[in-house]
Amino acid sequence: MQPTMKRIVENKHPLAIRWFHWVNFPLLAVMIWSGLLIYWAYHPYKIQVADAVLVKFFPDGFFQALNLRRRLAEGMAWHFVFMWLFTINGVLYVAYTLFSGEWRHLVPNRHSFRDAWLVVLHDLGIRRQAPEALKYNAAQKIAYSAVILMGLGSLLTGLAIYKPTQQAWLTTLLGGYESARLIHFALTIGYVLFFVVHIMQVIRAGWNNFRSMVAGFDVIPYGK
Amino acid sequence: MENNTNPPVGKSQREELTTDQQIRRRTIKAFALFSVASLVPYGIWKWIGSRPKVNGLPDVFREVLRANEEVNDVFFSHANLAPTFPVEQAARQVRVNGRVGLQPGASPDDWQLRVEQPSANGPGRQLTLALDDIKALPKHDLVFNFKCVEGWSQIQHWSGARFSDFVAKYQLGTRNDQPNPVTKDWFRYVGLETPDGKYYVGLDIESALHPQTLLAYEMNGQPLTDLHGAPLRLMIPVKYGVKSLKCIGRIFFADERPRDFWHRQGYDYDLAL
Repeated sequence: MQPTMKRIVENKHPLAIRWFHWVNFPLLAVMIWSGLLIYWAYHPYKIQVADAVLVKFFPDGFFQALNLRRRLAEGMAWHFVFMWLFTINGVLYVAYTLFSGEWRHLVPNRHSFRDAWLVVLHDLGIRRQAPEALKYNAAQKIAYSAVILMGLGSLLTGLAIYKPTQQAWLTTLLGGYESARLIHFALTIGYVLFFVVHIMQVIRAGWNNFRSMVAGFDVIPYGK
Repeated sequence: MENNTNPPVGKSQREELTTDQQIRRRTIKAFALFSVASLVPYGIWKWIGSRPKVNGLPDVFREVLRANEEVNDVFFSHANLAPTFPVEQAARQVRVNGRVGLQPGASPDDWQLRVEQPSANGPGRQLTLALDDIKALPKHDLVFNFKCVEGWSQIQHWSGARFSDFVAKYQLGTRNDQPNPVTKDWFRYVGLETPDGKYYVGLDIESALHPQTLLAYEMNGQPLTDLHGAPLRLMIPVKYGVKSLKCIGRIFFADERPRDFWHRQGYDYDLAL
């Protein structure tokens, strides 16, 4: 097949989805950054097995290098201003996927969990064939749906630590104030891990895929 | 727009180029727009940084924090209580975090509480009270999860008089100086300061009158130690700990927001939980 034998597929990613995606990027960045400014003021979390500390959140050098120390007031202000935009953008995204029917591409079905495993094996080069997929493969469906649930989790745990008296029922439901703060933090680590895998997959998928998230259209060879 | 027709056999070079050109043109256009759009968050960042500071925060942030308070007033109630715990869960070693305004070693015998009640139709009233005056009010115990603005929390046991009982007993907090709060003619704020005036907080009157807001003189059943604010401190569970001023020297009522130590350092004034 000659390289010029290709055609344009319109609207692989609807304009609205692209907006929500790219608007979310700086908003989440601001939320994570201001969250770190807040977290520094009390940063006890670590992963420990017996007496061995495996991961410390975070080493002093981390806070120092990113200039995150002694900025609690500033962090709280950014967090409690941008929480609105982050929430609104997330709610609009979910509403759009529901009303447009786009959710059908995103929500996993009963085959997704098995297929996602096959996708992982394929992506790791262990399995030659990837399972059949339409717009998103099973692993993508699970990842993109999970990250939305994580967003909901951040919203709820955030509310629970923001207003633990007014929303005492919610704080209690989440295991108390300390527990809600820990979950809120863990979800943020989850976003960072999601981001790392997401970037690796975008690089792997190549230019056409990336362009479709900006320009909306995809380019595929004839006959496909 | 979708081109589903098969290419004719021997399709000319010119038509093939047209598809490529089309892709090229649309790609350039989309990425140009994308670049321009990505200047918007950068511009917002710069704009926030360029705003004049009000008590250490950009003025727009102060406005949003004020708006957040109004949202709280719509959705939340001052009647909601902070969860309480069995007294056995209270910490034995109670954490000390702030020392501003404390004068350890000062004789508690010298201590007195100054209360100022302005009046619309006169010079107002000034009261000077002793610790026994506060102890004469009904005593309440409070075991709750004290929350520091830094993020840590600790279950603590405090005892003292309700601020609302104190206000009722001495007919404080209303503009018309009447004991009966039926008129709801409350001043909007209460200010508290240490005797030396070095630490100071402001509270909205609703939070001050909250049933869990105590003028506390005991911790774990013992008189307060110097570092915990002897002889009398505020304990206000509906706010972060910075509002629970130690060693109260002066209490006053006002319609303007009283000065607040941490608010001046860039924190939100309200700090409601």
